[in-house]
Amino acid sequence: MQSNLKQNLWGYFFIGPFIIGFLAFTIIPILASFYFSFTSYDLFTTPQWIGLENFKKMFTEDPRYLHSLRITFIYVFVGVPLRLGFALLVAMLLNTASRAVGLYRTLYYLPSLIGGSVAVAIMWRNIFGDEGIVNLALMTIGIDAVRWFGNPTAALWMLIFLSVWQFGSSMLIFLAGLKSIPHSYYEAASVDGASFLQKFTRITIPMLSPVILFNAIMQTIAAFMTFVPAFIISKGTGGPLDGTLLYSLYLFKQGFEFFHMGYASAMAWVMLIIIAILTSLIFFSSRFWVHYESEGGR
Amino acid sequence: MKAQYPKKIIYHLMVGGLAVLLLYPVIWLLMSSFKVSEQIFITADSLIPNPFVFSNYVQGWEGFGDYGFGVFIKNTMIFVLLVLLGHLLSCSLIAFGFARLQFVGRRFWFAIMIMTLMLPYEVVMIPQYIIFAQLDWLNSLKPLVVPAYFGHPFFIFLLVQFIRTIPRELDEAAIIDGCNIFSVYTRIILPLIVPALATTAIFTFYWTWDNLLGPVLYLNSPSKYTVSMALNMFLSNETVSNWGAMFAMSIVSLIPVFVIFFIFQRYVVEGISTSGLKG
Repeated sequence: MQSNLKQNLWGYFFIGPFIIGFLAFTIIPILASFYFSFTSYDLFTTPQWIGLENFKKMFTEDPRYLHSLRITFIYVFVGVPLRLGFALLVAMLLNTASRAVGLYRTLYYLPSLIGGSVAVAIMWRNIFGDEGIVNLALMTIGIDAVRWFGNPTAALWMLIFLSVWQFGSSMLIFLAGLKSIPHSYYEAASVDGASFLQKFTRITIPMLSPVILFNAIMQTIAAFMTFVPAFIISKGTGGPLDGTLLYSLYLFKQGFEFFHMGYASAMAWVMLIIIAILTSLIFFSSRFWVHYESEGGR
Repeated sequence: MKAQYPKKIIYHLMVGGLAVLLLYPVIWLLMSSFKVSEQIFITADSLIPNPFVFSNYVQGWEGFGDYGFGVFIKNTMIFVLLVLLGHLLSCSLIAFGFARLQFVGRRFWFAIMIMTLMLPYEVVMIPQYIIFAQLDWLNSLKPLVVPAYFGHPFFIFLLVQFIRTIPRELDEAAIIDGCNIFSVYTRIILPLIVPALATTAIFTFYWTWDNLLGPVLYLNSPSKYTVSMALNMFLSNETVSNWGAMFAMSIVSLIPVFVIFFIFQRYVVEGISTSGLKG
Protein backbone atom coordinates (compact mmCIF):
# COMPACT_ATOMS: atom_id res chain seq x y z
CA MET A 1 0.00 0.00 0.00
CA GLN A 2 1.09 3.52 -0.65
CA SER A 3 2.41 5.74 2.08
CA ASN A 4 0.37 8.67 3.35
CA LEU A 5 2.86 11.21 2.04
CA LYS A 6 2.65 9.81 -1.45
CA GLN A 7 -1.14 9.83 -1.36
CA ASN A 8 -1.17 13.47 -0.28
CA LEU A 9 1.31 14.43 -2.98
CA TRP A 10 -0.82 12.77 -5.67
CA GLY A 11 -3.92 14.47 -4.30
CA TYR A 12 -2.39 17.90 -4.41
CA PHE A 13 -0.86 17.22 -7.81
CA PHE A 14 -4.36 16.66 -9.21
CA ILE A 15 -6.21 19.46 -7.45
CA GLY A 16 -3.16 21.77 -7.61
CA PRO A 17 -4.47 23.80 -10.57
CA PHE A 18 -7.65 24.53 -8.65
CA ILE A 19 -5.73 25.75 -5.56
CA ILE A 20 -3.41 27.96 -7.62
CA GLY A 21 -6.31 29.39 -9.61
CA PHE A 22 -8.35 29.89 -6.45
CA LEU A 23 -5.54 31.86 -4.81
CA ALA A 24 -4.67 33.93 -7.88
CA PHE A 25 -8.08 34.60 -9.42
CA THR A 26 -10.43 34.36 -6.44
CA ILE A 27 -9.02 34.84 -2.95
CA ILE A 28 -6.48 37.61 -3.73
CA PRO A 29 -9.08 39.54 -5.79
CA ILE A 30 -11.68 39.07 -3.02
CA LEU A 31 -9.33 40.48 -0.39
CA ALA A 32 -8.29 43.31 -2.72
CA SER A 33 -11.92 44.09 -3.49
CA PHE A 34 -12.66 44.15 0.26
CA TYR A 35 -9.82 46.66 0.77
CA PHE A 36 -10.86 48.83 -2.21
CA SER A 37 -14.39 49.05 -0.88
CA PHE A 38 -13.04 51.24 1.94
CA THR A 39 -11.10 53.49 -0.43
CA SER A 40 -11.52 56.10 -3.09
CA TYR A 41 -9.70 54.68 -6.10
CA ASP A 42 -9.67 55.74 -9.75
CA LEU A 43 -7.31 53.02 -11.08
CA PHE A 44 -4.53 55.51 -11.92
CA THR A 45 -3.59 56.97 -8.54
CA THR A 46 -3.04 55.24 -5.18
CA PRO A 47 -6.22 54.23 -3.33
CA GLN A 48 -7.18 56.69 -0.55
CA TRP A 49 -8.58 55.15 2.65
CA ILE A 50 -11.98 56.70 3.36
CA GLY A 51 -13.42 54.18 5.82
CA LEU A 52 -17.15 53.48 5.47
CA GLU A 53 -17.74 56.52 3.25
CA ASN A 54 -18.61 54.44 0.13
CA PHE A 55 -21.26 52.45 1.99
CA LYS A 56 -22.67 55.57 3.59
CA LYS A 57 -22.87 57.29 0.22
CA MET A 58 -24.70 54.34 -1.34
CA PHE A 59 -27.56 54.38 1.11
CA THR A 60 -27.82 58.09 1.88
CA GLU A 61 -26.46 60.19 -0.96
CA ASP A 62 -26.87 58.18 -4.15
CA PRO A 63 -30.51 58.00 -5.26
CA ARG A 64 -29.41 56.27 -8.47
CA TYR A 65 -27.98 53.41 -6.41
CA LEU A 66 -31.16 52.99 -4.40
CA HIS A 67 -33.19 53.13 -7.60
CA SER A 68 -30.96 50.50 -9.21
CA LEU A 69 -31.28 48.25 -6.16
CA ARG A 70 -35.05 48.66 -6.17
CA ILE A 71 -35.56 47.80 -9.84
CA THR A 72 -33.17 44.85 -9.52
CA PHE A 73 -35.31 43.50 -6.66
CA ILE A 74 -38.43 43.97 -8.80
CA TYR A 75 -36.69 42.24 -11.71
CA VAL A 76 -35.65 39.29 -9.51
CA PHE A 77 -38.80 38.87 -7.42
CA VAL A 78 -41.25 39.29 -10.30
CA GLY A 79 -39.15 37.63 -13.00
CA VAL A 80 -37.97 34.49 -11.19
CA PRO A 81 -41.40 33.37 -9.84
CA LEU A 82 -43.01 34.06 -13.23
CA ARG A 83 -40.29 32.11 -14.99
CA LEU A 84 -40.47 29.15 -12.60
CA GLY A 85 -44.26 29.14 -12.65
CA PHE A 86 -44.34 29.15 -16.41
CA ALA A 87 -41.62 26.45 -16.54
CA LEU A 88 -43.66 24.23 -14.19
CA LEU A 89 -46.87 24.79 -16.15
CA VAL A 90 -45.26 23.86 -19.47
CA ALA A 91 -43.41 20.91 -17.91
CA MET A 92 -46.75 19.54 -16.67
CA LEU A 93 -48.26 19.99 -20.12
CA LEU A 94 -45.36 18.06 -21.62
CA ASN A 95 -45.37 15.28 -19.04
CA THR A 96 -47.56 13.02 -21.16
CA ALA A 97 -46.94 9.93 -23.24
CA SER A 98 -47.43 11.77 -26.53
CA ARG A 99 -44.80 11.02 -29.16
CA ALA A 100 -44.46 14.70 -30.07
CA VAL A 101 -43.16 15.57 -26.59
CA GLY A 102 -39.52 15.31 -27.68
CA LEU A 103 -40.11 17.87 -30.41
CA TYR A 104 -42.03 20.25 -28.13
CA ARG A 105 -39.35 19.94 -25.46
CA THR A 106 -36.71 21.03 -27.99
CA LEU A 107 -38.81 23.93 -29.28
CA TYR A 108 -39.53 25.25 -25.78
CA TYR A 109 -35.89 24.94 -24.81
CA LEU A 110 -34.58 26.97 -27.79
CA PRO A 111 -35.22 30.46 -26.29
CA SER A 112 -33.21 29.42 -23.23
CA LEU A 113 -30.42 28.12 -25.44
CA ILE A 114 -29.92 31.41 -27.27
CA GLY A 115 -31.30 33.74 -24.60
CA GLY A 116 -28.00 34.96 -23.18
CA SER A 117 -26.65 36.11 -26.53
CA VAL A 118 -26.24 39.63 -27.84
CA ALA A 119 -28.24 38.61 -30.94
CA VAL A 120 -31.34 37.89 -28.87
CA ALA A 121 -30.99 41.14 -26.91
CA ILE A 122 -30.84 42.98 -30.24
CA MET A 123 -33.89 41.06 -31.42
CA TRP A 124 -35.76 41.92 -28.20
CA ARG A 125 -34.90 45.60 -28.61
CA ASN A 126 -36.38 45.55 -32.10
CA ILE A 127 -39.56 43.56 -31.49
CA PHE A 128 -40.45 45.98 -28.65
CA GLY A 129 -39.71 49.07 -30.77
CA ASP A 130 -42.50 51.56 -31.47
CA GLU A 131 -43.23 49.80 -34.78
CA GLY A 132 -42.19 46.35 -33.54
CA ILE A 133 -44.26 43.19 -33.71
CA VAL A 134 -45.23 43.34 -30.01
CA ASN A 135 -47.03 46.62 -30.52
CA LEU A 136 -48.56 45.32 -33.76
CA ALA A 137 -49.89 42.30 -31.86
CA LEU A 138 -51.23 44.50 -29.04
CA MET A 139 -53.06 46.72 -31.53
CA THR A 140 -54.52 43.69 -33.33
CA ILE A 141 -56.19 42.52 -30.12
CA GLY A 142 -57.36 46.06 -29.42
CA ILE A 143 -54.85 47.27 -26.84
CA ASP A 144 -53.05 50.60 -27.26
CA ALA A 145 -49.42 50.42 -28.37
CA VAL A 146 -46.94 50.83 -25.52
CA ARG A 147 -43.89 53.05 -25.85
CA TRP A 148 -41.53 50.47 -24.33
CA PHE A 149 -38.53 52.77 -24.62
CA GLY A 150 -40.39 55.88 -23.45
CA ASN A 151 -41.36 54.69 -20.01
CA PRO A 152 -39.01 53.23 -17.35
CA THR A 153 -41.61 50.80 -15.98
CA ALA A 154 -42.42 49.44 -19.44
CA ALA A 155 -38.70 49.08 -20.15
CA LEU A 156 -38.19 47.04 -16.98
CA TRP A 157 -41.12 44.80 -17.96
CA MET A 158 -39.44 44.28 -21.32
CA LEU A 159 -36.44 42.84 -19.44
CA ILE A 160 -38.71 40.72 -17.24
CA PHE A 161 -40.46 39.30 -20.32
CA LEU A 162 -37.09 38.41 -21.81
CA SER A 163 -36.19 36.55 -18.63
CA VAL A 164 -39.53 34.68 -18.55
CA TRP A 165 -39.17 33.82 -22.25
CA GLN A 166 -36.07 31.81 -21.29
CA PHE A 167 -37.93 29.37 -19.05
CA GLY A 168 -36.65 26.35 -21.02
CA SER A 169 -33.79 25.14 -18.84
CA SER A 170 -35.93 25.24 -15.69
CA MET A 171 -38.65 23.43 -17.63
CA LEU A 172 -36.22 20.61 -18.51
CA ILE A 173 -35.25 20.22 -14.85
CA PHE A 174 -38.93 20.18 -13.78
CA LEU A 175 -39.73 17.67 -16.51
CA ALA A 176 -37.00 15.32 -15.24
CA GLY A 177 -38.42 15.79 -11.73
CA LEU A 178 -42.00 15.07 -12.84
CA LYS A 179 -40.93 11.88 -14.62
CA SER A 180 -39.40 10.57 -11.40
CA ILE A 181 -42.71 10.80 -9.48
CA PRO A 182 -44.14 7.25 -9.36
CA HIS A 183 -47.31 6.95 -11.38
CA SER A 184 -48.88 4.82 -8.68
CA TYR A 185 -49.19 7.86 -6.36
CA TYR A 186 -51.55 9.55 -8.79
CA GLU A 187 -53.47 6.32 -9.40
CA ALA A 188 -53.93 5.80 -5.68
CA ALA A 189 -55.12 9.39 -5.30
CA SER A 190 -57.58 8.97 -8.17
CA VAL A 191 -58.99 5.84 -6.56
CA ASP A 192 -59.56 7.89 -3.40
CA GLY A 193 -61.39 10.50 -5.49
CA ALA A 194 -58.80 13.28 -5.40
CA SER A 195 -59.36 16.22 -7.76
CA PHE A 196 -56.72 17.53 -10.16
CA LEU A 197 -55.99 20.44 -7.82
CA GLN A 198 -55.62 18.11 -4.83
CA LYS A 199 -53.22 15.88 -6.75
CA PHE A 200 -51.24 18.96 -7.76
CA THR A 201 -50.92 20.42 -4.27
CA ARG A 202 -50.57 17.11 -2.36
CA ILE A 203 -48.41 15.07 -4.74
CA THR A 204 -46.80 17.13 -7.50
CA ILE A 205 -45.65 20.14 -5.45
CA PRO A 206 -44.28 18.20 -2.45
CA MET A 207 -42.52 15.62 -4.66
CA LEU A 208 -41.04 18.37 -6.80
CA SER A 209 -40.12 20.69 -3.93
CA PRO A 210 -36.37 19.80 -3.79
CA VAL A 211 -36.14 20.60 -7.52
CA ILE A 212 -38.08 23.83 -7.03
CA LEU A 213 -35.71 24.79 -4.22
CA PHE A 214 -32.66 24.16 -6.40
CA ASN A 215 -34.15 26.14 -9.29
CA ALA A 216 -35.24 29.01 -7.05
CA ILE A 217 -31.74 29.44 -5.61
CA MET A 218 -29.84 29.17 -8.90
CA GLN A 219 -32.25 31.43 -10.80
CA THR A 220 -32.32 34.06 -8.06
CA ILE A 221 -28.53 34.30 -8.02
CA ALA A 222 -28.32 34.40 -11.81
CA ALA A 223 -31.12 36.99 -12.09
CA PHE A 224 -29.42 39.25 -9.58
CA MET A 225 -26.32 39.27 -11.79
CA THR A 226 -28.14 39.91 -15.12
CA PHE A 227 -26.02 42.15 -17.30
CA VAL A 228 -26.13 41.49 -21.07
CA PRO A 229 -29.84 42.23 -21.79
CA ALA A 230 -29.82 45.47 -19.78
CA PHE A 231 -26.55 46.54 -21.39
CA ILE A 232 -27.64 45.80 -24.97
CA ILE A 233 -31.30 46.81 -24.79
CA SER A 234 -30.43 50.23 -23.31
CA LYS A 235 -27.28 50.57 -25.47
CA GLY A 236 -25.22 50.69 -22.28
CA THR A 237 -27.10 53.62 -20.74
CA GLY A 238 -29.52 51.83 -18.40
CA GLY A 239 -32.24 54.09 -19.79
CA PRO A 240 -34.93 55.25 -20.32
CA LEU A 241 -34.69 57.28 -17.08
CA ASP A 242 -32.58 54.50 -15.52
CA GLY A 243 -35.49 52.08 -16.03
CA THR A 244 -33.14 49.23 -17.03
CA LEU A 245 -30.22 50.21 -14.80
CA LEU A 246 -29.90 46.77 -13.18
CA TYR A 247 -27.37 46.39 -10.36
CA SER A 248 -24.63 44.79 -12.49
CA LEU A 249 -24.95 47.46 -15.14
CA TYR A 250 -24.72 50.29 -12.61
CA LEU A 251 -21.72 48.59 -10.98
CA PHE A 252 -20.06 48.25 -14.39
CA LYS A 253 -20.71 51.91 -15.16
CA GLN A 254 -19.38 53.09 -11.79
CA GLY A 255 -16.23 51.02 -12.26
CA PHE A 256 -15.41 51.26 -15.94
CA GLU A 257 -17.19 54.41 -17.09
CA PHE A 258 -16.69 56.75 -14.10
CA PHE A 259 -13.60 54.88 -12.76
CA HIS A 260 -15.00 54.86 -9.23
CA MET A 261 -13.28 51.56 -8.49
CA GLY A 262 -13.62 51.91 -4.71
CA TYR A 263 -17.33 52.63 -4.94
CA ALA A 264 -17.89 49.80 -7.44
CA SER A 265 -16.02 47.38 -5.13
CA ALA A 266 -18.23 48.44 -2.24
CA MET A 267 -21.27 47.82 -4.47
CA ALA A 268 -19.95 44.36 -5.30
CA TRP A 269 -19.64 43.54 -1.59
CA VAL A 270 -23.17 44.69 -0.86
CA MET A 271 -24.30 42.49 -3.78
CA LEU A 272 -22.43 39.51 -2.31
CA ILE A 273 -24.06 40.11 1.08
CA ILE A 274 -27.53 40.44 -0.47
CA ILE A 275 -27.08 37.23 -2.47
CA ALA A 276 -25.82 35.42 0.64
CA ILE A 277 -28.85 36.62 2.65
CA LEU A 278 -31.31 35.69 -0.12
CA THR A 279 -29.77 32.24 -0.53
CA SER A 280 -29.88 31.55 3.21
CA LEU A 281 -33.46 32.82 3.45
CA ILE A 282 -34.52 30.41 0.71
CA PHE A 283 -32.59 27.62 2.45
CA PHE A 284 -34.06 28.31 5.89
CA SER A 285 -37.57 28.66 4.51
CA SER A 286 -37.11 25.34 2.72
CA ARG A 287 -37.53 23.34 5.95
CA PHE A 288 -41.15 24.45 5.93
CA TRP A 289 -41.98 23.57 2.34
CA VAL A 290 -39.39 21.18 0.91
CA HIS A 291 -40.24 17.52 1.26
CA TYR A 292 -37.54 14.86 1.16
CA GLU A 293 -38.62 11.28 0.50
CA SER A 294 -36.01 9.72 2.79
CA GLU A 295 -37.40 11.57 5.82
CA GLY A 296 -40.76 9.91 5.26
CA GLY A 297 -42.53 13.23 4.81
CA ARG A 298 -43.73 15.69 7.42
CA MET B 1 -60.78 5.30 -28.29
CA LYS B 2 -62.40 7.68 -30.76
CA ALA B 3 -63.53 10.11 -28.07
CA GLN B 4 -59.87 10.79 -27.32
CA TYR B 5 -59.13 12.38 -30.69
CA PRO B 6 -60.69 15.84 -30.13
CA LYS B 7 -58.86 16.03 -26.79
CA LYS B 8 -55.58 15.20 -28.51
CA ILE B 9 -56.16 17.79 -31.21
CA ILE B 10 -56.86 20.50 -28.63
CA TYR B 11 -53.70 19.50 -26.76
CA HIS B 12 -51.52 19.73 -29.87
CA LEU B 13 -53.13 23.00 -30.96
CA MET B 14 -52.46 24.49 -27.55
CA VAL B 15 -48.92 23.20 -26.99
CA GLY B 16 -47.88 23.65 -30.62
CA GLY B 17 -49.47 27.10 -30.80
CA LEU B 18 -47.61 28.22 -27.70
CA ALA B 19 -44.34 26.97 -29.19
CA VAL B 20 -44.95 28.95 -32.39
CA LEU B 21 -45.82 32.05 -30.36
CA LEU B 22 -42.61 31.77 -28.33
CA LEU B 23 -40.41 31.21 -31.35
CA TYR B 24 -42.13 33.81 -33.51
CA PRO B 25 -39.61 36.58 -32.64
CA VAL B 26 -36.73 34.38 -33.81
CA ILE B 27 -38.55 33.47 -37.02
CA TRP B 28 -39.35 37.17 -37.52
CA LEU B 29 -35.66 38.06 -37.04
CA LEU B 30 -34.65 35.40 -39.58
CA MET B 31 -37.19 36.44 -42.21
CA SER B 32 -36.52 40.15 -41.66
CA SER B 33 -32.84 39.57 -42.37
CA PHE B 34 -33.86 38.76 -45.97
CA LYS B 35 -35.88 41.96 -46.37
CA VAL B 36 -34.61 45.26 -47.69
CA SER B 37 -33.60 47.29 -44.60
CA GLU B 38 -36.05 50.12 -45.27
CA GLN B 39 -38.94 47.66 -45.44
CA ILE B 40 -38.28 45.74 -42.22
CA PHE B 41 -40.47 47.87 -39.98
CA ILE B 42 -42.92 48.93 -42.70
CA THR B 43 -43.73 45.28 -43.39
CA ALA B 44 -43.15 44.07 -39.80
CA ASP B 45 -46.52 42.29 -39.85
CA SER B 46 -45.49 40.02 -42.71
CA LEU B 47 -43.01 37.17 -42.54
CA ILE B 48 -42.52 36.93 -46.30
CA PRO B 49 -39.67 39.09 -47.65
CA ASN B 50 -40.65 40.77 -50.88
CA PRO B 51 -38.21 41.14 -52.57
CA PHE B 52 -36.12 38.38 -51.05
CA VAL B 53 -32.55 39.75 -50.79
CA PHE B 54 -29.17 38.53 -49.54
CA SER B 55 -27.67 42.02 -49.54
CA ASN B 56 -27.91 42.34 -45.74
CA TYR B 57 -25.63 39.33 -45.36
CA VAL B 58 -23.18 40.73 -47.89
CA GLN B 59 -23.18 44.13 -46.23
CA GLY B 60 -23.00 42.73 -42.69
CA TRP B 61 -20.19 40.36 -43.61
CA GLU B 62 -18.08 43.37 -44.58
CA GLY B 63 -18.07 44.26 -40.87
CA PHE B 64 -16.85 47.74 -40.03
CA GLY B 65 -13.58 49.61 -40.14
CA ASP B 66 -11.03 47.41 -41.85
CA TYR B 67 -12.31 44.19 -40.39
CA GLY B 68 -14.81 41.86 -41.97
CA PHE B 69 -17.19 39.77 -39.89
CA GLY B 70 -15.05 36.72 -40.72
CA VAL B 71 -12.27 38.19 -38.55
CA PHE B 72 -14.63 38.43 -35.58
CA ILE B 73 -15.76 34.85 -36.09
CA LYS B 74 -12.16 33.67 -36.28
CA ASN B 75 -11.30 35.61 -33.09
CA THR B 76 -14.26 34.07 -31.28
CA MET B 77 -13.35 30.56 -32.49
CA ILE B 78 -9.80 30.94 -31.15
CA PHE B 79 -11.17 32.28 -27.85
CA VAL B 80 -13.63 29.38 -27.56
CA LEU B 81 -11.07 26.70 -28.47
CA LEU B 82 -8.49 27.95 -25.98
CA VAL B 83 -11.05 28.08 -23.15
CA LEU B 84 -12.40 24.67 -24.18
CA LEU B 85 -8.96 23.07 -24.05
CA GLY B 86 -8.36 24.69 -20.66
CA HIS B 87 -11.62 23.42 -19.17
CA LEU B 88 -11.23 19.88 -20.50
CA LEU B 89 -7.67 19.49 -19.21
CA SER B 90 -7.98 21.24 -15.85
CA CYS B 91 -11.49 20.21 -14.85
CA SER B 92 -10.93 16.50 -15.53
CA LEU B 93 -7.63 16.55 -13.63
CA ILE B 94 -9.10 18.35 -10.62
CA ALA B 95 -12.29 16.26 -10.65
CA PHE B 96 -10.25 13.03 -10.61
CA GLY B 97 -8.36 14.31 -7.57
CA PHE B 98 -11.56 15.14 -5.68
CA ALA B 99 -13.46 12.03 -6.69
CA ARG B 100 -10.81 9.35 -6.31
CA LEU B 101 -7.87 10.34 -4.11
CA GLN B 102 -7.69 10.41 -0.33
CA PHE B 103 -5.58 13.26 0.97
CA VAL B 104 -5.47 15.66 3.88
CA GLY B 105 -7.71 18.68 3.25
CA ARG B 106 -9.83 17.11 0.52
CA ARG B 107 -13.14 17.99 2.20
CA PHE B 108 -11.93 21.51 2.92
CA TRP B 109 -10.95 22.25 -0.67
CA PHE B 110 -14.11 20.64 -2.02
CA ALA B 111 -16.21 22.89 0.21
CA ILE B 112 -14.20 25.90 -0.98
CA MET B 113 -14.86 24.89 -4.58
CA ILE B 114 -18.62 24.62 -3.98
CA MET B 115 -18.55 28.07 -2.40
CA THR B 116 -16.85 29.64 -5.40
CA LEU B 117 -19.75 28.27 -7.45
CA MET B 118 -21.99 30.86 -5.80
CA LEU B 119 -19.56 33.78 -5.96
CA PRO B 120 -20.74 36.65 -8.19
CA TYR B 121 -18.18 37.59 -10.83
CA GLU B 122 -18.66 41.27 -9.93
CA VAL B 123 -16.80 40.76 -6.64
CA VAL B 124 -13.58 39.69 -8.34
CA MET B 125 -14.04 41.68 -11.56
CA ILE B 126 -12.29 44.92 -10.53
CA PRO B 127 -9.24 43.44 -8.73
CA GLN B 128 -8.81 40.91 -11.54
CA TYR B 129 -8.81 43.78 -14.00
CA ILE B 130 -6.14 45.56 -11.95
CA ILE B 131 -4.00 42.41 -11.69
CA PHE B 132 -4.20 41.81 -15.45
CA ALA B 133 -3.42 45.47 -16.10
CA GLN B 134 -0.29 45.15 -13.91
CA LEU B 135 0.74 42.06 -15.88
CA ASP B 136 0.29 44.10 -19.07
CA TRP B 137 -2.28 41.61 -20.33
CA LEU B 138 -4.92 44.16 -21.37
CA ASN B 139 -6.11 44.09 -24.97
CA SER B 140 -5.22 40.41 -25.29
CA LEU B 141 -7.06 37.13 -24.86
CA LYS B 142 -4.88 36.14 -21.89
CA PRO B 143 -7.14 37.51 -19.11
CA LEU B 144 -10.08 35.68 -20.70
CA VAL B 145 -8.31 32.40 -21.39
CA VAL B 146 -5.67 31.77 -18.71
CA PRO B 147 -8.14 31.37 -15.80
CA ALA B 148 -9.80 28.52 -17.74
CA TYR B 149 -6.64 26.43 -17.22
CA PHE B 150 -7.25 26.45 -13.45
CA GLY B 151 -10.65 24.80 -13.53
CA HIS B 152 -14.26 25.95 -13.46
CA PRO B 153 -16.29 24.95 -10.37
CA PHE B 154 -19.45 24.00 -12.25
CA PHE B 155 -17.69 21.56 -14.56
CA ILE B 156 -15.45 20.17 -11.81
CA PHE B 157 -18.59 19.40 -9.82
CA LEU B 158 -20.27 17.82 -12.85
CA LEU B 159 -17.24 15.60 -13.55
CA VAL B 160 -16.81 14.63 -9.87
CA GLN B 161 -20.43 13.42 -9.82
CA PHE B 162 -19.83 11.46 -13.01
CA ILE B 163 -16.55 9.85 -11.89
CA ARG B 164 -18.22 8.72 -8.64
CA THR B 165 -20.54 6.51 -10.67
CA ILE B 166 -17.59 4.56 -12.13
CA PRO B 167 -16.79 1.42 -10.06
CA ARG B 168 -13.60 1.79 -8.01
CA GLU B 169 -12.73 -1.85 -8.78
CA LEU B 170 -11.53 -0.66 -12.19
CA ASP B 171 -8.94 1.64 -10.59
CA GLU B 172 -7.85 -1.05 -8.15
CA ALA B 173 -7.43 -3.63 -10.89
CA ALA B 174 -5.31 -1.20 -12.90
CA ILE B 175 -3.11 -0.47 -9.87
CA ILE B 176 -2.59 -4.21 -9.31
CA ASP B 177 -1.61 -4.49 -12.97
CA GLY B 178 1.11 -1.92 -12.31
CA CYS B 179 -0.47 1.38 -13.33
CA ASN B 180 0.44 4.42 -11.28
CA ILE B 181 -2.24 6.90 -10.30
CA PHE B 182 -1.61 9.17 -13.25
CA SER B 183 -2.14 6.35 -15.73
CA VAL B 184 -5.34 5.35 -13.92
CA TYR B 185 -6.50 8.89 -14.76
CA THR B 186 -5.37 8.83 -18.37
CA ARG B 187 -6.15 5.21 -19.28
CA ILE B 188 -9.14 4.25 -17.12
CA ILE B 189 -11.05 7.35 -16.09
CA LEU B 190 -10.61 9.70 -19.05
CA PRO B 191 -12.02 7.29 -21.65
CA LEU B 192 -15.00 6.54 -19.39
CA ILE B 193 -15.98 10.16 -18.73
CA VAL B 194 -16.23 11.17 -22.38
CA PRO B 195 -19.99 11.87 -22.12
CA ALA B 196 -19.45 14.26 -19.19
CA LEU B 197 -16.52 15.86 -21.03
CA ALA B 198 -18.84 16.37 -24.00
CA THR B 199 -21.33 18.19 -21.75
CA THR B 200 -18.46 20.31 -20.40
CA ALA B 201 -17.31 21.13 -23.91
CA ILE B 202 -20.78 22.06 -25.16
CA PHE B 203 -21.60 24.38 -22.28
CA THR B 204 -18.12 25.91 -22.37
CA PHE B 205 -18.78 26.64 -26.02
CA TYR B 206 -22.13 28.30 -25.30
CA TRP B 207 -20.93 30.41 -22.41
CA THR B 208 -17.75 31.54 -24.16
CA TRP B 209 -19.45 32.20 -27.49
CA ASP B 210 -22.03 34.41 -25.76
CA ASN B 211 -19.61 36.09 -23.34
CA LEU B 212 -19.87 39.86 -23.66
CA LEU B 213 -18.71 41.34 -20.35
CA GLY B 214 -15.23 39.73 -20.49
CA PRO B 215 -14.39 40.87 -24.05
CA VAL B 216 -15.87 44.34 -23.39
CA LEU B 217 -13.56 44.69 -20.39
CA TYR B 218 -10.39 43.33 -21.92
CA LEU B 219 -10.39 43.80 -25.70
CA ASN B 220 -9.99 47.31 -27.12
CA SER B 221 -8.82 47.07 -30.71
CA PRO B 222 -11.42 46.11 -33.33
CA SER B 223 -8.98 43.59 -34.85
CA LYS B 224 -9.44 41.47 -31.67
CA TYR B 225 -13.21 41.84 -31.31
CA THR B 226 -15.40 38.80 -30.75
CA VAL B 227 -18.76 38.25 -32.44
CA SER B 228 -20.68 39.49 -29.36
CA MET B 229 -18.67 42.71 -29.34
CA ALA B 230 -19.07 43.18 -33.08
CA LEU B 231 -22.86 42.91 -32.71
CA ASN B 232 -22.69 45.45 -29.92
CA MET B 233 -20.74 47.72 -32.28
CA PHE B 234 -23.40 47.29 -34.98
CA LEU B 235 -25.93 48.42 -32.41
CA SER B 236 -24.00 51.50 -31.29
CA ASN B 237 -23.36 52.48 -34.92
CA GLU B 238 -27.04 51.90 -35.64
CA THR B 239 -28.20 54.38 -38.24
CA VAL B 240 -31.69 54.73 -39.60
CA SER B 241 -31.38 52.06 -42.20
CA ASN B 242 -28.81 49.36 -41.41
CA TRP B 243 -31.04 47.08 -39.33
CA GLY B 244 -30.83 44.53 -42.10
CA ALA B 245 -27.08 43.98 -41.73
CA MET B 246 -27.39 43.84 -37.94
CA PHE B 247 -30.20 41.28 -38.15
CA ALA B 248 -28.27 39.22 -40.69
CA MET B 249 -25.16 39.05 -38.52
CA SER B 250 -27.28 38.30 -35.44
CA ILE B 251 -28.58 35.27 -37.33
CA VAL B 252 -25.02 34.30 -38.34
CA SER B 253 -23.98 34.47 -34.67
CA LEU B 254 -26.77 32.08 -33.70
CA ILE B 255 -26.02 29.45 -36.36
CA PRO B 256 -23.13 27.70 -34.50
CA VAL B 257 -25.24 27.56 -31.33
CA PHE B 258 -28.10 25.86 -33.17
CA VAL B 259 -25.84 23.49 -35.12
CA ILE B 260 -24.07 22.27 -31.98
CA PHE B 261 -27.39 21.91 -30.20
CA PHE B 262 -28.91 19.76 -32.90
CA ILE B 263 -25.84 17.51 -33.16
CA PHE B 264 -25.38 17.04 -29.42
CA GLN B 265 -28.95 17.51 -28.23
CA ARG B 266 -28.85 14.47 -25.97
CA TYR B 267 -25.87 15.76 -23.97
CA VAL B 268 -27.40 19.20 -23.62
CA VAL B 269 -30.74 17.94 -22.36
CA GLU B 270 -29.10 15.44 -19.99
CA GLY B 271 -26.64 18.04 -18.76
CA ILE B 272 -29.47 20.34 -17.76
CA SER B 273 -31.88 17.73 -16.44
CA THR B 274 -29.32 15.96 -14.25
CA SER B 275 -27.09 18.72 -13.01
CA GLY B 276 -29.05 21.90 -13.50
CA LEU B 277 -26.53 23.56 -15.79
CA LYS B 278 -28.15 26.70 -16.99
CA GLY B 279 -28.60 26.78 -20.74
